[in-house]
Amino acid sequence: MHFLEAFRLAIQTIRAQKLKSGFSLLGVFIGVASLIGAWSIANGVNRYMTEKFAQTIFGVNTFQLRRRPIFTPNVPDSVWRAWQRRPRIRFSDAEAVEAGISVPVITAWQSSDNVTVSFGSKEARDVELTAASERYFDIKNLRIETGRAFTGEENRSGVPVAVLGEAVAKRLFVDRPPIGRNVRIGGIPYRVIGVVQHQGSLMGFPLDRFVVVPALSPAQNLVNPPGILDAFLVKTNSEGEMREAMSEAEGIMRSRRHLRPQQDDNFVLDTSEGIQRFWAGISRILMIVMPGIVIVSLVIGGIVIMNIMLMAVAERTREIGLRKSLGARRRDVLQQFLAESTAIAAVGAAFGIVAGIGLTVLINAVSPLPASISPASVLLGVIMGAGVGVVAGVYPATRAARLDPITALRQE
Amino acid sequence: MSTVQQFRTGETPLPDVIILAHKLTREYDMGSELVRALRGVSLQIRRNEYVAVMGPSGSGKSTLMNLVGCLDTPTSGEYWLNGQKVSDLVDDELARIRNKEIGFVFQTFNLLPRADALHNVELPLIYAGVSSRQRRALAAQALERVGLGNRMDHKPNELSGGQRQRVAIARALVNEPSILLADEPTGNLDSTTSTEIMGVFAELHQQGQTVVMVTHEHDIAAHAARVITLRDGLVATDQLQAA
Repeated sequence: MHFLEAFRLAIQTIRAQKLKSGFSLLGVFIGVASLIGAWSIANGVNRYMTEKFAQTIFGVNTFQLRRRPIFTPNVPDSVWRAWQRRPRIRFSDAEAVEAGISVPVITAWQSSDNVTVSFGSKEARDVELTAASERYFDIKNLRIETGRAFTGEENRSGVPVAVLGEAVAKRLFVDRPPIGRNVRIGGIPYRVIGVVQHQGSLMGFPLDRFVVVPALSPAQNLVNPPGILDAFLVKTNSEGEMREAMSEAEGIMRSRRHLRPQQDDNFVLDTSEGIQRFWAGISRILMIVMPGIVIVSLVIGGIVIMNIMLMAVAERTREIGLRKSLGARRRDVLQQFLAESTAIAAVGAAFGIVAGIGLTVLINAVSPLPASISPASVLLGVIMGAGVGVVAGVYPATRAARLDPITALRQE
Repeated sequence: MSTVQQFRTGETPLPDVIILAHKLTREYDMGSELVRALRGVSLQIRRNEYVAVMGPSGSGKSTLMNLVGCLDTPTSGEYWLNGQKVSDLVDDELARIRNKEIGFVFQTFNLLPRADALHNVELPLIYAGVSSRQRRALAAQALERVGLGNRMDHKPNELSGGQRQRVAIARALVNEPSILLADEPTGNLDSTTSTEIMGVFAELHQQGQTVVMVTHEHDIAAHAARVITLRDGLVATDQLQAA
């Protein structure tokens, strides 16, 4: 008997017993759906982390000289207190590092804090105020939508001009043109000279609620004490040059801080590596836990299918006897029942794939978590689903194939 | 030289002899005792014979049917079916012989309840490896032969007892077997329908079909041209009778 024939027969049987088959394919369904769903999340977040997240926060081939790392998950209190005791980064540190680096770089100063920005009676609260130097826009890839960024000249002389994030401009000016208007940042009047392009959000955090002002303008006092900055940003042209610049920066800082060889750095040169390492850890856990869930549901699904098939063999002993008397060989009967269990599992897997993809789309729509379907997971779902069907079917099908036609026919 | 020796050497096979059984025995080991269901049955059935096998229960007629139908193999003895020695074949070879040479008709019809008449009749052809289009054509032909050309898409539960047995007969015929082997074919039918089914058998016999039928009813056996009676695992009588 052709395998296709056996498969057609199996589909007929499944359709005839919809409810029973429905329950029997539930295990495989859940297994495959969770496989694809979880994989999609891991996959999506992974891509997000490596491509967008790290680049948005740091930029490519960019490092930051800071007092402590920007991304600090699970840090014990003692470490945190040690970080707080470190000296802060000074303007003069930034100038010395810039002067000492031999590879071509773009640099920027950065200090940030949350403030309220107002225009007339309108207020935008919780706006991230960044006091930065002019190349900040280049390093962070912030493109100007309207107006312009401030110049190096404006930065050095501390002119009170501001570049707004898109959300802040919308909030304060609605549809009116913001360029040339005066906003108040912490009570200090600033003239708006530009608005940055829409940035969207990152893991649910809005990226457009910011305002950038020259590092030496009056609002610097709102963010940091005089002469202090949060971070000194250094962008290089390549990974190799970044390593070189980092080691030069480390040397300069150590000598400025008079650190002895056995002493640890009391500053960090932070890159996107830390954040990526952190995510890699999470995704590793996911990759260990997820197969567990999937395997458990597939094993349960397999046991259920095996049970159903054993019942089917018992119920249809007479039919098996009949088929054998009409000329079915062992192989034919084996094939028929294997095809049936595989078909049940395959239908379960198919529904599971649809549900998994649906789940992914749903996650994308309603949660900030980015999810993206991995073709490999779909393929794996198909293979595992069908595999469970075959494995679960072997024992019942063998029993069916071994039935003696006379005894089988005699059964009521 | 006896027929058996001729068959053994294969020198002068008699194509006319469809069934040749030589000293068939069948014993069942029931643990504490050995049941000897057949104690040495020899018989010959020629092409286009219509034979009824009778006997009280326990006489061994079911065992003989299973052997003749290639569902079982004898403990000793030899059996040729259509010139081929089948008494020493293994499982899957027997399945092939059943598929090619034997058309079974059962007392309880044994139709697949979820499949329509056409698909039920198609079954043996599936195992014969016939293509699906050809299967349909052959199955439809067989159903028309038993007068059910207009009931092909009916499920068994939409058919009367007589019609169901006709579907079963069509299924038995569809592979053009050497013998039609019927086991109490009227056992589940009322007397009117029984007569009707016997009519179908008579017609098939006239068309040249070899028919072997097991029954314990004398008036059913009366339709056959030859009656073999078994008793205690041996042939008791074997006589021709007027149709």
